[in-house]
Amino acid sequence: MAIDEAGQETKAVTHPFLEWFGELGVFIGQLMHDAFTPPFEGREFVRQLDEIGSKSFPLVVLAGAALGVVMSLQMRDSLIRFGAKSLLPAVIVISIIKESGPIITALVVSGRVGAGIGAELGSMKVTEQIDALEASAVSPYKLLGATRVFACILMLPLLTVAADFSGILMGWVANTLVEPISIRLFVERGFERLTFSDLLPATLKTTVFGLIIGVVGCFQGMRTSGGTQGVGRSATSSVVFASLFVILADVLLVRLILTFFP
Amino acid sequence: MGQEHTPAIEVEDLHKSFGSQTVLNGVNLKIECGETLTVLGPSGTGKSVLLKLIIGLQKPDAGSIKVNGKEITQLTREKLNQVRKEIGFLFQSAALYDSLSVEENVAFPLRQHTQLSDTERTEQVRTLLTSVGIEGGFEKLPAQISGGMRKRVGLARALALAPKILLYDEPTAGLDPVTSSKINELILRLQNERKMSSIVVTHDVHSARTVSDRLAFLHEGSIKAEGSAEELERSDNELIFQFFQLGH
Repeated sequence: MAIDEAGQETKAVTHPFLEWFGELGVFIGQLMHDAFTPPFEGREFVRQLDEIGSKSFPLVVLAGAALGVVMSLQMRDSLIRFGAKSLLPAVIVISIIKESGPIITALVVSGRVGAGIGAELGSMKVTEQIDALEASAVSPYKLLGATRVFACILMLPLLTVAADFSGILMGWVANTLVEPISIRLFVERGFERLTFSDLLPATLKTTVFGLIIGVVGCFQGMRTSGGTQGVGRSATSSVVFASLFVILADVLLVRLILTFFP
Repeated sequence: MGQEHTPAIEVEDLHKSFGSQTVLNGVNLKIECGETLTVLGPSGTGKSVLLKLIIGLQKPDAGSIKVNGKEITQLTREKLNQVRKEIGFLFQSAALYDSLSVEENVAFPLRQHTQLSDTERTEQVRTLLTSVGIEGGFEKLPAQISGGMRKRVGLARALALAPKILLYDEPTAGLDPVTSSKINELILRLQNERKMSSIVVTHDVHSARTVSDRLAFLHEGSIKAEGSAEELERSDNELIFQFFQLGH
């Protein structure tokens, strides 16, 4: 009897979880099918590039700058303790480019864009605007979903480069305020140990983060129910799930990158 | 010969449930070409669900829906979209795209499904807006216009692709009596001009009397009575009788 009850409880917990993943799979399948079926929504795609890319730019640059300053302050003390102060530029550059820059960018974008997509599409869902699209024989998966997902995929690496740049620049500024060093020397020392396998895979892995942020935001938004409360729930869950999956994906991607680019 | 007698919409033994709640339990309806049928009934009886099933926004649990003789319940999304182009839908809340202006809302179906030039499209949009009584404020956003205006814009958008069938979901809900009356007159004029087949879903008896050729009363998941307003008014069914008495 107790086992039976435990089984029922397990089923009650796992069933919605599996259902969510099942629905997500169907959603992705539908989105990909419609995304590659002409005619393409070029106008809306360009609008989303601006919405997701240009409008996230200041926030991402600011986050990157703060990251650079913090790393410079923290690493400086630690490296002095080990007598490796001269490695500071390399430590800042490599850690920002390989990990901190991409993950901070993804988390900032998942906060701003994930919540925005979840709330916008959620609001469209509860006000029947998505139904109106379907009734007009227009695929919401293509017009609303694919344009946002592909804009996220394209914009994440570019925003990451911007965050990396501002992080390294502000890392140098923070370092120079304590112990003056020319930008040229900082860059030379920072990049001398950097290789292709450090730079490119770390930046391009953010396309996967973009895919996650876009898909989760659109999925949560387009399945909204329950009026304005539902819209709030969709916005929150978009950020929570997108951030969580970005971090989990990062673990896998780092492992893969280390395997293929040792 | 056979084509002439194909009903615009034919619904047979339609069932729809949400979880344990049965909403439609064997609905049968037939709408002839050029006819306007009003589906009346208390709130929450599944009138809007019926319309959403007819346009394929929801899937029925069982039963058949034929639009111009074509069974739509088993169609792929691509084929269903072809059918949807022949159907206009006025949503209860008008469901205007809130990021687009009045003009862009009406232009949207034309931009998606026609090859009109910008000039031709603008001209057609202005004609549509004028036909529903909107002479200005084309650049306003939906949030900046009144409820009655939103319904008119929604109607212009629903008419954009010159549909053969028009579905109205509570066209006068939430409007004051004067605006409701104007919307009813507009619906009537458009039906006369365009000779469309229409289903109007409402619980507004006055509206139903004004715009309909025939009425059907939906309650507890099925059609309880069908006929003219006068016939329904004389119904033995107490709920229908009360509905008409209190709706005056």
